[in-house]
Amino acid sequence: MIELIVFLVLLGLGYTFGRLAEARHYRSIKEREQLYRSMTLIPIRVPPPELLKHDSTLVSGNVVISVDYFKTIAASLRNLFGGRVGAYESLLDRARREAALRMQEEARKLGAETIYNVKYETSRIGENAAKGLGSVEVLAYGTALIPPTA
Amino acid sequence: MLISNMEVIPGKRITHHLGMVQGSTVRAKHAGRDIMAGFKNIFGGELKGYTELLSESRDEAIDRLKQQAIALGANAVVNVRFSTSSIAAGASEIFVYGTAVMVEDR
Repeated sequence: MIELIVFLVLLGLGYTFGRLAEARHYRSIKEREQLYRSMTLIPIRVPPPELLKHDSTLVSGNVVISVDYFKTIAASLRNLFGGRVGAYESLLDRARREAALRMQEEARKLGAETIYNVKYETSRIGENAAKGLGSVEVLAYGTALIPPTA
Repeated sequence: MLISNMEVIPGKRITHHLGMVQGSTVRAKHAGRDIMAGFKNIFGGELKGYTELLSESRDEAIDRLKQQAIALGANAVVNVRFSTSSIAAGASEIFVYGTAVMVEDR
């Protein structure tokens, strides 16, 4: 009985706080994406010849985001039936966008306008094999091209 | 030392290829942070401690990569890639590799 109560309390806490955190995070992501709208991320390997005078440097951004209890349970239920795991989709979407934003932040500090050869890398960390996904890390990196100071 | 994940560097010409260089580091979090992360697994949200830890380890891996490149006499590393793997509970390895080259202005 007590176990059931603990489970329900955890589920409730996860649901409320997890949703709040997600909503807050999405708001901040959307705001900052507007700010960095002018900076282009291009996943191609070779820059066009007109950028020959630019300086280049590696920039990266990373973020670790944790699942909440509700998402864990929702995903394990979904595992029984199969299909889209919406709970994890939004988690990874947030992590990727946040990582890209941090990379753009670093690039803007250096005065760059474009980032070439953008790559993403995702890994699970602090995992607990029995419980599935613990938290995910997303790293975004690329080469920032800084226009020459004329 | 120029680090880039592109195959070519704008405005520079590669004169020598000096082979692959790499840097890696394995880091673990202290138990306190692991416990905090355990709580966060209930509430959700960003794990700032882990974010910092991983970005510090990446800086260190890049440092080691640079040292190897300097030892070879390179002045740039191109085509840099990152890779992360968790090798045990609570520890992860950061690996970074690239091609050491000598470049000159075009």
